Amino acid sequence: MSLTSTMAGDTRVITVNVERIDAAMAIQFKEDMRSETEAGPDRVILDLSQVTFIDSSGLGAIVASMKQLGGNRRLDLAGLTPIVDKVFRLTRMDTVFNLFATLDDALAVHPN
Amino acid sequence: MQFNADRQGFTLNFRATEMEAREGIRAVATQLRQRGLSEDRAGDVEIALAEAINNVVEHAYADIEPGQVRIRCQMRSNKLLIRISDQGRPLPDGQLPKGEPASVDTNLADLPEGGFGWFLIQQLVSEIRYERRQNSNLLSLRFDLPKVS
Repeated sequence: MSLTSTMAGDTRVITVNVERIDAAMAIQFKEDMRSETEAGPDRVILDLSQVTFIDSSGLGAIVASMKQLGGNRRLDLAGLTPIVDKVFRLTRMDTVFNLFATLDDALAVHPN
Repeated sequence: MQFNADRQGFTLNFRATEMEAREGIRAVATQLRQRGLSEDRAGDVEIALAEAINNVVEHAYADIEPGQVRIRCQMRSNKLLIRISDQGRPLPDGQLPKGEPASVDTNLADLPEGGFGWFLIQQLVSEIRYERRQNSNLLSLRFDLPKVS
């Protein structure tokens, strides 16, 4: 399993436990995200602070994970390291997701 | 994976599978950092290189026995040259794709999950060239580096 999941109040926090979300990892990541988010609260925060590298396959897997959540739920991203942050900005995916520098920053924001 | 260093740089050979590609990409990034490339620029190179190598694994060798990929890196004072070669299928129409970014100005269900690879490469390199030579694909990437004073 590439992920660890905990609850913080009414938010699910999913921590990515691998350093790379790349082509070799993308399918497993997407499946792990599906099983972690099948049921649960509307807000999911993905903690990416251990991830030092992502490629476009990994980016696609995160986008797919958000789509899997469906319309009323949302996936926020926290703890983007420099390369991950760059890939999100270059592809303009930073305009699609809410990005937070740290997990604490993400948890400090209450969606409703 | 096979690694050879020489006076001008280094060369890496590996089989075109996802796992060997990951190790190859990591090894190049590590070597470049050890040779003094800045963290920021090494990140740019690693992103572009990963997209180029993934294309070889996923497209050039798609549905055929994965062959070899060779990465040749030469660091000069003001630029880094990377040549990637493989013996897979040529690029469609024998030329580089335009690298237009997939649009994200859409509703959730239509958000793109792919189609960013060539766009990312084009954004990060200073120059890119593609050549089909006999049975080989040759992709040359140039990254300009700030002059060290």
